[in-house]
Amino acid sequence: MNQTVPSGQAPFVVADAVAPRRRFFGHALLAAATLVLLVVALLQTLDASGVLAIGFPNWRPLLYAYLLWAVALGAWQVIVRGYVGQRALFVLPAALFTLAVAIFPTLFGFYIASLDWNLSSVEGPHFNGFRNFVAMFHDPYYWNALLNMVFYLLAVIVEYAIAFGLALLLNSEIRARKFFRVAFLLPFMLSPVAVSWMVGKSLMEYRFGPAARLARDLGWDTPAFFANPWTARIAIEAMDAWVSIPFIMILLLAGLQAMPKEVTEAAKVDGANAWQAFWRVTFPMMLPVSVTAVLIRIIFKLKLADIVINVTSGGPGGATDTVSSFIYRVYRDRSNVGYGTALAMFYLVLIVIFLTVLLRVTRRWTRSVND
Amino acid sequence: MEKHVTSQIATFEIPPAGLAERARHILGRVLVYGALGLWAFICLFPIYWTVTTSFKSAVDVTQGHIVPFVDFMPNWKGWRSLGLSPDTIFEISTPRTEFVSRFENSIITSVGASLLAVILGSLAAYGLSRFKYRFWFMRNDDILFFFISQLILPPVVLALPFLVLYKDLALLDTRIGLILLYTLTVLPIVIWIMRDQFNSIPVELDEAAMVDGLSVWGAFGRIILPIALPGIVAAFILSLVLTWNEYFFAALLTGSDAKTLPVMVASQTGSQGINWWSMAALSTAAIAPLAIVGVFLERYIVKGLSTGAVK
Repeated sequence: MNQTVPSGQAPFVVADAVAPRRRFFGHALLAAATLVLLVVALLQTLDASGVLAIGFPNWRPLLYAYLLWAVALGAWQVIVRGYVGQRALFVLPAALFTLAVAIFPTLFGFYIASLDWNLSSVEGPHFNGFRNFVAMFHDPYYWNALLNMVFYLLAVIVEYAIAFGLALLLNSEIRARKFFRVAFLLPFMLSPVAVSWMVGKSLMEYRFGPAARLARDLGWDTPAFFANPWTARIAIEAMDAWVSIPFIMILLLAGLQAMPKEVTEAAKVDGANAWQAFWRVTFPMMLPVSVTAVLIRIIFKLKLADIVINVTSGGPGGATDTVSSFIYRVYRDRSNVGYGTALAMFYLVLIVIFLTVLLRVTRRWTRSVND
Repeated sequence: MEKHVTSQIATFEIPPAGLAERARHILGRVLVYGALGLWAFICLFPIYWTVTTSFKSAVDVTQGHIVPFVDFMPNWKGWRSLGLSPDTIFEISTPRTEFVSRFENSIITSVGASLLAVILGSLAAYGLSRFKYRFWFMRNDDILFFFISQLILPPVVLALPFLVLYKDLALLDTRIGLILLYTLTVLPIVIWIMRDQFNSIPVELDEAAMVDGLSVWGAFGRIILPIALPGIVAAFILSLVLTWNEYFFAALLTGSDAKTLPVMVASQTGSQGINWWSMAALSTAAIAPLAIVGVFLERYIVKGLSTGAVK
């Protein structure tokens, strides 16, 4: 491989001195690999549809052909384009990986969404157009789950407020800062599934959980956190907040530490008290970091599922369901792949629209202070 | 407001303002440490509760005993049911065999995925930070956005297509199948962190290396990579945290062989009963590795989380 590359004597000059024969060899290599990929794909398709009886046990040959093709593509870049190709080699692996593992399955998902396909039934998939989507519009549980997402998203504001408070505390002059920082970070390290048990099923357990005992002492006679829709929703949100607040806090803390000390001091000299200094100086200066933190948090919030699945399975009556946990049950209980995928794809479209709008709206806040 | 005025005058005559100032100062300290202590309690109590419960027996649970040796005498009941107590550790135990195999799966998938993500992500990030690409209509910023935007893909969108695809590829219930998916979920984060890291390393270093006769890849591997090591470690550990705790894909795509620890914890939660001690022991064992990582490698996690947020 090294010989095919012009030596690195003139690093920033685009080396065009690739011999014609080498160039031809490169093209031939890629063409051959592409041919192999196409032939394997064709054979596998024919085999699967029953036209040919080759008897592939699975589709792995196609996967290997893709890997081979990816390697050939990289080699082609280096052989034909020399120096420029060597640079392309940095981004190619990640790009090819993402294409194969994210883009292709997503597109494939849109296809599955148009199928009537129950994995547990004997008959295979058959096309039913937009019927899944029509069914979706008449599915009250799905819309209920979407509505719950609005609640969970709004709760991000509360998480943000708490995280900001904690970041300010950690940034003030305190002793044992390291201890508090580690302690505050710990919930982030814990698996949400373990948290589901630790907090949801044991601390908040109706009879013996310490949280329930505390609630009884405070005068709530029947502290069944997960029996009433609103307390259940808030309890789930509290657990999710417990796990994720550290993340927002760390981002905000980094922002606070990057802030020049003189600014707040100047505000103090001008006679502002702490409260005014915060709202007039610290908060506006922290706006870009805040927006970034909240946006990332929203993206992760939209994926919320494991705590709901493990603590309430969406109950009572779907009050705590998130879209993800609902689709999980559609698949687990009814093995309805086609319908479940249709729901997921619709959700994806909603997310993309929502986040695009959100990015547009928040752009001026992330820019205004920086520039 | 008024107090600030007095404090400015106070530079001349200290005594009158001193007392009020000090009282205010002490009150402020009390509030600050009170808030810190309260939140530290909120963060640590569930962990404390879980660890101690793993040493309790039924009576201690139902009566709400909390402090070991004072309220209750710790025993090994919970750990015995996992086969991890001192008296059972050398005996054959089915729960332990299962636990160890799940633990192994978790380690292999999370470490494998984090390694793969760090390799793919560092390469891509270095390329994007150093060279100008044009691919079709996409420039560097578009390519970066393409990678980062994968972060918004919710697991549900991928899970069902992958169920079908993996079935056809015979990758269902395999570690490698999980590794591929986990790599995808952390790759955007790694690229984000690493690009920031590479951007902070001056290009002159690359140029000097290449003038000395190294190729692009040589300069990257021998000069830049060692400098970027702290960023790589941060990205790796953050990926480890996210993949170790992943549940959704593992629950859908593994059945028996490749089941990870969170799936095992979840399946045990279903069979409730009152054997809290064994659930507590299992939870403790599941969170222990990362809790230890959190305590000792906290600064890397903080670094990983906060790069990119602050410019």
